[in-house]
Order: sequence, then C-alpha cells, then structure tokens
Amino acid sequence: MEKKYQFSPETMAVVQKMISRYPNGKQKSALLPVLHVAQAEFDGWLSSEAMDYVAEVLQITPIEVYEVASFYSMYNLKPVGKCVLEVCRTSSCWLMGSEDIVKHLEKKLGIKDGETTADGQFTIKTVECLGSCGTAPMLQCGSDFYENLTLEKVDRLVENLRNDAERRVYTKDQKVNMD
Amino acid sequence: MGKKLLLEHIDVPGIRTLNVYRQKGGYETLKKALTSMTPDQIVEEVKTSGLRGRGGAGFPTGMKWSFLAKPEGVPRYLVCNADESEPGTFKDRYLMEHIPHILIEGMIVSSFALGANTSYIYIRGEYFYVARILEAAIQEAYDAGLLGKNIMGSGYDLDLYVQVGAGAYICGEETALLESLEGKRGNPRIKPPFPAIAGLYGCPTVVNNVETIAAVVPIVKDGGAAYAQIGIGKSTGTKLISASGHLNKPGVYEIELGLPVEEFIYSEEYCGGIKNGKQLKAVVAGGSSVPILPAHLILKTATGEPRLMSYEGLSEGGFATGTMLGSGGFIAMDEDTSIVKNLWTFSRFYHHESCGQCSPCREGTGWMEKILHKILHGHGTLSDVDLLWDIQSKIEGKTICPLGDAAAWPVASAIRHFRHEFEEYVKAGHSIKDVKHYYRINHLPEPAN
Ligand SMILES: Cc1cc2nc3c(=O)[nH]c(=O)nc-3n(C[C@H](O)[C@H](O)[C@H](O)COP(=O)(O)O)c2cc1C
Ligand code: SF4
Ligand code: FES
Repeated sequence: MEKKYQFSPETMAVVQKMISRYPNGKQKSALLPVLHVAQAEFDGWLSSEAMDYVAEVLQITPIEVYEVASFYSMYNLKPVGKCVLEVCRTSSCWLMGSEDIVKHLEKKLGIKDGETTADGQFTIKTVECLGSCGTAPMLQCGSDFYENLTLEKVDRLVENLRNDAERRVYTKDQKVNMD
Repeated sequence: MGKKLLLEHIDVPGIRTLNVYRQKGGYETLKKALTSMTPDQIVEEVKTSGLRGRGGAGFPTGMKWSFLAKPEGVPRYLVCNADESEPGTFKDRYLMEHIPHILIEGMIVSSFALGANTSYIYIRGEYFYVARILEAAIQEAYDAGLLGKNIMGSGYDLDLYVQVGAGAYICGEETALLESLEGKRGNPRIKPPFPAIAGLYGCPTVVNNVETIAAVVPIVKDGGAAYAQIGIGKSTGTKLISASGHLNKPGVYEIELGLPVEEFIYSEEYCGGIKNGKQLKAVVAGGSSVPILPAHLILKTATGEPRLMSYEGLSEGGFATGTMLGSGGFIAMDEDTSIVKNLWTFSRFYHHESCGQCSPCREGTGWMEKILHKILHGHGTLSDVDLLWDIQSKIEGKTICPLGDAAAWPVASAIRHFRHEFEEYVKAGHSIKDVKHYYRINHLPEPAN
C-alpha cells in the first residue's frame, strides 16, 4: 500500500513558522528542524519518499535533503523501534559503567546494539557524549534524559515503556515518571 | 567562597522565569546598554574586561567583535554556539536549562553592540528539551517588549531564534555550524575568509559560545574594569567547569579563574575528592580534546608549583607537562582506570565525528581507533604503540579544521605520560603469566581457573 506523505495543516503551520525565521530565499536553513518534524510525523524514520516530500515543501532538490539526512546521527534512515534507547558510551559515562548498562539492556531485550526487538518496541543505539557527563551513566529516549542510571533504574524504565503505545520523538516531552 | 557572576541566583526558585529573573535585577543591564551606552562603548567594555571565548579556543572576545566587517546595507549576524558536544562538557546545558534569560539578555546586549537585527542560537539536537525552555523564555521576552521592534523604546529591533542541530560534534566548529545553520552538512569551511568578513549567508557574523555571551551581562553591568579585577593575570573573570568522572560531587561549578586544581578536586566547596576514597590517577582538564595529565602533573606543575585553573596555569609546561583549559570539561579518573581504554572511547568518538573532508583526519582517526582496539584486546605489538604515535603526528596541523588536532592530542598525551600502560597491554596479551592482569585492566570477569 502506498503511504501518503503529507503534513497535517497544523504541522504545516509549524513548518511555515520555522521557514519564517530565515531571510527570504534562505528557506533551506529550515531543513534540519523540518527533518526532525518529518521524522516525528512519519513513524520515526526518514524514507526516501519522506525526504522527497521535505524537498518539495522547502523547494530544494531531493539530493540536498539526502546529503543532510545521511550526515547527522539523529536522523534514522531505517525503521526503528517505538522507543530508541540511546545509551552514551563516551569517556565519562564509560568511567561510570555505561558498558554494564548496554550489556544489561542487550540481555534483557535479547538484541544487540543497533538492533530492534521483534515487536518493534525497542531499539538500542549507543551514542557519543550527550552533555550529561556529571550525571553519568545516562541514556536518552525521545527528547528525555534518564540520568544517574543503575541497572535497577534501567529495569524500571524498560517496564514502564514496554507496553507504551506512544512513539518517543525528539520534538515532544514524554518523560516517564520513574518514582 | 569564590565570586559568582553567572550562577549567583541559580538556587532562587523560579529563576527560569522572566518575572523572577527580573526581580533579581535581570534585564537592568539591557536597559543600561540601550539607554545609556553606544554599541562601541559596549565593545570597549568587553575589550577592557579581558573576556576570552569560553567555547574552547580562548580567543579575546572584544578583539573578535572589533574585527566584524560593517559594510553599508549588509546585515550582520550574531550566532550563539550552543552545540556543546565536547565530551566532558555540560555547562552550557546547565546554564540554559536553569537561567535561560541570562543568555537571552546577553544575546540582546551583544547583538546591539554588533549591530545585528537577527540572531540565532544554534543548539545541539540532543538538547531539544533545552531548546523548548529557551523558546518559552524567548516568547516571554517578546511579550514583555524585550525582543522584537523598538526594544524598551530605544528604537533598536532584534529578532532572536533557536535552531536545533541533529547530532554532529563537528557543528560546534564555527564554520561547520554556519553551514549547518544554512541547512547543509556540517563541513567546516576553509579559512580565510573568517566569519567576521563572510559568515552566515556570506554576511559578517560573530559566533560566540553560550557562556561567553552570558558573561557579557555582568561585564556591561559592572564595567569591564571590575570584571578584569576577578581572576588571575590574563585569565580574567569566572569560568564554568563541568566536573565528571570519579568525583564525589560531579556537576557544574563556577570558579574564579586561578583556583588551585587541588582545591577544586578535594575541597568540599567543589568536587569533594575522589569517589570511594580512591587515589586520583589522571585528569582530562578541558574536554576530551586536551592532553591528559597524570595526577602529579595536574596537581603541581613540573617545577613543583601548585597548578592553577586558568588559561596560563593549565598550559604551564606546554604539551610536555601541561594541558589546556579548553571548554572546562574536567574528567577525573581514579587509580583503577585503564588509560588505554579511556583513550579508545575518545578515538572512537573522533572517528565517528570526523566530517571526512580531509584524508589525515578521516583515515587517521579510523586507524587510531582500530589500533587501540587491537591493543586493548591483547593483540597489539610494541610497534603498534609507535605506529599510533606516528599517525597522530601526521594528523596534527594538517587538516582544514582543528578536529584533527583534537583527535591527535589525546593519543599523543596518553602515550607521552602512560606509555608503560600500553606496553603492559601488549605484554599481557602475549604472556599467560599476565593473563589475570589482562582481565583486570580490561575490566573483564576473571575466568574461574
Ligand atoms: C571540532 C570542534 C568543536 C567545537 N565545538 C564547540 C562547541 O560545542 N561549543 C563552542 O562554543 N565552541 C566549539 N568550538 C569552538 C568554535 O569553533 C568557536 O571557536 C567558538 O564557538 C567561538 O566562541 P568563543 O570565542 O565565545 O569561545 C569547537 C571547535 C572545534 C574545532
Ligand atoms: S579535520 Fe576532520 S572534521 Fe575537520 S574538516 Fe577535516 S575531516 Fe572534517
Ligand atoms: S560522556 Fe556520556 S554524557 Fe558525556
């Protein structure tokens, strides 16, 4: 079945507002923020059709969109789980045990770094420093930071998210209450 | 207690909101600037203050501002660098999350000084929630007549926007940031021309770090001379330090430049010592890019003087025995830390983040990561350590942007100060006798037999 790529009128209004931040003729400047919106709208990833649509909205060529989408690590060019668990692996987090967090998640979810669970709920993705080094180890899910992680906290987070139907996206606050 | 200029009101409930920020004297500086100062007078105060860029390079801010070209009829831009992706650095996030209005006030005062009528804050995409806090604060400022047309009745107009990135450390480099703001890949530009001549959309542009712009507020408030009184020598004012790693109290601290490193690490006012009563082994004092130093050289200089946290203090001894203040990302490592493994996380980082334009950086970072991985897993040889040294020396200074240097320095310094540890890995990998040691330094559970 052909999927229709079209922003809703409300989303289109948000996109138009983004474009208005830049001088006339410089609408390409809105590409990064608009790609974030597209990723959030279109199931958490950017298919080539989704990128073509963004090119059309911004009146630029598709290649200008592809080359940007493939450069930045926050854009997914393949389908991902509803909850992408982005675990920081850089120095300060590593010093505080991020490897144990990743191993624990891999075991718990039965997948490896970079993979998605069969039910499409979780993806594990190790990432570089997220500016949360003083509260390491940490992971990001959607736009929310989960800090000072312990294995027990990771368990609670996974249980909280396991049956959550809502996709985690960067463009919204969707933090799970861990208390 | 050291003097606090940026975080003075951090504990005041509601300081994130415009109302509380104003109750604490917020936007009085803007009023002073718009009603009693000319743009050039503000630039002069910033020069007098001795303020140096807080993004890592430490370039004098007033001088940078005075280089801005002012051709007739061409717009000028101020762009705030909130990309903050240098491992170990999280001070800008803290400041923007808790006191967004100090950055906004600084942006308005600085934009006025530079003659910009449109300014952008470019924030890393992972800080989306902080971008929302900034946008809410900017809306408050618009509603109060502090942004938009005819600010405070002065006739000065300014629009301020937040732009989110999408995950790329290289976009912290100022020309890559401008490319990204134009909706392109974050490939650094060849300089010259510098942004002061041809920056955003080819127009004269100043790029400054979050903390630099925030510091303009206390400078204009009390005068550049008063600011220059704080700190030590050419390192004037205060600096936000992001402290992480094996410390009892990691976090963001505002220090007066010139504070002894020892006091910062061990006093209760700051980090409260090393976690679990262990010994300090090494410190990366200014974010992942700066040379790592062993405990004895970070606490004292090679000549035995207490080492001070200032631009000059940390670089005392050059790269042979010193390091750099950098972004102020202070990572402490205890006695059990594997320097080789820590370095591997850094090299993997630089390999991942290289934009790929220059061969020495694109290829070299990958080779360094691979060789370190090999050494770490017991397959290294002694000549691999020399090879690492050779590769890093062939990246440094041979690339378009300083990311190449930033990838080389951690490798060079780790070998310079901890060569024995690399050799231990090599030996352990090749001798049954040292297998226990091999497991311990790799943080692997020891085999039962
Ligand atoms: C690879 C690389 C990454 C950088 N990342 C940042 C950053 O995240 N934030 C920042 O303010 N400066 C960063 N810089 C420094 C900027 O290029 C620039 O010097 C700085 O934004 C200027 O502002 P300042 O003078 O106020 O420090 C980076 C530089 C390089 C080479
Ligand atoms: S040094 Fe590295 S990051 Fe910088 S421009 Fe060259 S390849 Fe890109
Ligand atoms: S090292 Fe993990 S957040 Fe900085």
